[in-house]
Amino acid sequence: MTKHQDSSGEFSSKVYLEMELLRFTTAGSVDDGKSTLIGRLLYDSKSIFEDQLDAVKKASLKKGSEHLNLALLTDGLRAEREQGITIDVAYRYFATPHRKFIIADTPGHIQYTRNMVTGASTANAAIILIDARNGVTEQTHRHAYIASLLEIPHIIVCINKMDLQDYREEVFNRIKTDFKSFSDQVFPGKDVRFIPISALHGDNVVDPSENMDWYQEGTLLQALENIPISNDHNLTDGRFPVQFIIRPESNEFHDYRGYAGRIAGGFFHKGDRILVLPSRIPSVITSINTFNNTQEEAFAPMSVTLTLADAIDISRGDMIVQENNIPRESTTIEVMLCWMNQRPLQVNGKYAVKHTTRDVRCMVREVKYILNINTLEKQEEEKVVKLNDIACVMLLTTKPLFYDPYSVNRITGSLILIDESTNETMGAGMIL
Amino acid sequence: MCQLRHLQELESEAIFVIREVAAQFERPSLLFSGGKDSIVLVYLAQKAFWPARILFPLVHIDTGHNFDETLLFRDALVEKFHARLIVGSVQESIDTGRVVEEQGYNASRNILQTVTLLDTIEKYKFDAAIGGGRRDEEKARAKERFFSHRDEFGQWDPKNQRPELWNIFNGKKRMGEHFRVFPISNWTEMDIWQYILHENIDLPSIYYTHERKVFNRDGVWLAWAPFMKLKEKEMVEIRKVRCRTVGDITCTGLSLSTANSLEDIIREIAATRVTERGGRYDDQRSDAAMEDRKKEGYF
Repeated sequence: MTKHQDSSGEFSSKVYLEMELLRFTTAGSVDDGKSTLIGRLLYDSKSIFEDQLDAVKKASLKKGSEHLNLALLTDGLRAEREQGITIDVAYRYFATPHRKFIIADTPGHIQYTRNMVTGASTANAAIILIDARNGVTEQTHRHAYIASLLEIPHIIVCINKMDLQDYREEVFNRIKTDFKSFSDQVFPGKDVRFIPISALHGDNVVDPSENMDWYQEGTLLQALENIPISNDHNLTDGRFPVQFIIRPESNEFHDYRGYAGRIAGGFFHKGDRILVLPSRIPSVITSINTFNNTQEEAFAPMSVTLTLADAIDISRGDMIVQENNIPRESTTIEVMLCWMNQRPLQVNGKYAVKHTTRDVRCMVREVKYILNINTLEKQEEEKVVKLNDIACVMLLTTKPLFYDPYSVNRITGSLILIDESTNETMGAGMIL
Repeated sequence: MCQLRHLQELESEAIFVIREVAAQFERPSLLFSGGKDSIVLVYLAQKAFWPARILFPLVHIDTGHNFDETLLFRDALVEKFHARLIVGSVQESIDTGRVVEEQGYNASRNILQTVTLLDTIEKYKFDAAIGGGRRDEEKARAKERFFSHRDEFGQWDPKNQRPELWNIFNGKKRMGEHFRVFPISNWTEMDIWQYILHENIDLPSIYYTHERKVFNRDGVWLAWAPFMKLKEKEMVEIRKVRCRTVGDITCTGLSLSTANSLEDIIREIAATRVTERGGRYDDQRSDAAMEDRKKEGYF
C-alpha cells in the first residue's frame, strides 16, 4: 500500500501518528447493499489484502456467484456465510492519510435492532443506506430514529443503486426531500448530508462518479475524512468516574494514592478545585499522571490517574467533578430503553445497573410508553417491552446516580440493565 | 489542542479496559505468548497501574515448540517488570494423557494448546484472562467483544454474545465461568508497529532479520527444527528471514526479509499485500478454522 507518504513518497510514521480516529456505523435494510458498500470502501481504499481477496474469490465461486461478491468480505461467522446474512456486529478497519476508521458493521434485519444500537453507541457518524428504487421506507425511519436516539453527531445518507435509476438527479432529490421531512422532526439542526452512490460500480464511494456530473459535493470517503469530530466529546462539564484506586505499597511511592479512570467529560487541570460525589467533600488536584509522566491538564476521553491534596475516602463508582459544575443526582431515573433480550422487561422487576463505573440495583417502576419507531407514535397503553422495543421507562435505583442527560454527555448519560440471575445484558438506557 | 490522535485514543481505550479487568475480577491473568501483541499488552498494563506494578500474573502456554529467542525474551521481560510468570505446559498435557499429539507432516501442537490453556485457567481459578487478540486479524475475531464470556467448558458462543455498548463492560458471571478480555481489539497490525516504534518497546530478535535454517512448504517458509518432519523434495536451506507474527515453530510462517530496524519493518508492512495471518498454517486448515478453535476455548 502506498499511503501515508511524506513528500519524498516514503511511508511516513509522522503522518501516521497525526491521524485522527473516526468511528462510524452503517445502517441499511437487507439488500440495500450495505456489505457491498463496505466491501467497496475497503477495496477502493486499497485496504484489502491479496489473501483476503483470494478467499473471497474462492467463496464467490463456491456459491456460484458470477461476480466478485464483496459482501463476503464482511461476514465472519460460518452461519453468516452459509445463510448469506449478517448476524452480529463486526468491526472493520481502514485508514487514509488523514484518518483511521473503525466501522461497526451492523445487520439490517428488523429483529436485529439491538445490534444497530450497539454499533451506534460508540459512533461519531452513521451512514444510512437507501435503495434508490425503493426510496424512504419504514426501515429508513427506524434507522434514522435510532441514530438520533443514540445521539450520533453526524449522519450521511447514501442513496444507493443509482445505476438502476439511470443516475437521475430527480430520483436523488425526491428521496432527499422525503428523508428531510422525517428527519427534521427527529433530529432538527443535526449535521445531515446526502450522497448519490452506486456501491456495486463504485460511483461516489471513493472515486467521484462519471455518471452523475450534476452532483459535485464530494464522495463518501471525502465526507468521512472531513467531518469535524473535535466537538464529539463533551469538553464542557468536568466528569471523572473513579475506576480504580492505585496504591503501589512500595518504598518509593509509600503514601501514593491515585484515582485511576477515563475522563468522561470536560477538562481537568492541576490545581483545579473539585468535589467528590457522593460525599461532596471538596479537594484540589495535586497531579495528573500518566505512565511515569505528569501533565498540567487532561481532557475526555483520556485515561489518567489523579492525586488529590486531601486524604479522602474515595472508592470505585464515586465521581470527581469540577466544584462549580456538578451533575444531576437522583434515585429516580427516566430512560429511553432499548430492550435486547427475548425475555420481556419485568415491570416491578429488579435488575443490576451499570452506569459509568458505578454498580447499583434498580426496580422498574413504570413503563410510560413504547415508541412506534416507524411512526414516532407514543403507545401509552402498551406496557410489555419486548426484544428490540424502545420504551420510556422509570427506574428507581438503590443508590443515587450522578448523571447528565444523554443528549449532553453520552458517557455519563448511559446505563445498562443486567439480569441478576443469568447475568445477561438485557437493556441499554439513555437517560432523559 | 483537545483532540486525541488515533493511537492516543486507542491507548486510552486499552488502559480503560485493563483497569476494568482489575476492578471487576478477583483473579485476572494476562496471556503472554512472547509475540508483539502480548508484549504491547504488558506495556499497556504497566501504564494502567503505574506507579504500582502490573497486577496480573503473566500466563504462558508453552507448546514446547518455541523459538529459543522467545523464551529468553520472556524471562528477561518478567524480570524487568517484576512480574509473576505461570507456565502451562503442552508437553505435560501430552505426558499425562490429557491430549494426544498429532502425527504426520503438518502435525502441530497449536490445537492442543486449548486444553492446556483451559486446564491452567481452572488450576489457578482465573476468572479473567486478558489476551492480545485483534479484530483485524481474522474474520471470526472481528466479531469478538472486549469482554468475551466463556461458559464453564471454556466455550465461546458467537451467536449469543452479550451486547456491548458505550464503554460499559458487563463482566458478571457464574462460578466456574470466565472471561477473555481483549483490550487491543481495535488496533490494527500497523497500529501495533507504530506504537512499538513510538514507545520504543523491545521485541524478541526473531522479529528482525536473521539467518536461519528454513524449508518451503506450499509456498510458506517454515523454520526447521529437529521435530519437524520434512516431505520428500523439501530441503533445508539457510535464508535471511524474520517473523511477522510469532507462534509455535510448526505454524509460524517466516518472511524472507532483510529488515533490521523498526523503520524497515514498518516500510515492509506498508508495502505488503498479504495479511499477517496469511502465513499462519493454523488458519489455513479451513475457512472457519479460527472460529472453530475459538468456540472450543482457544486464545
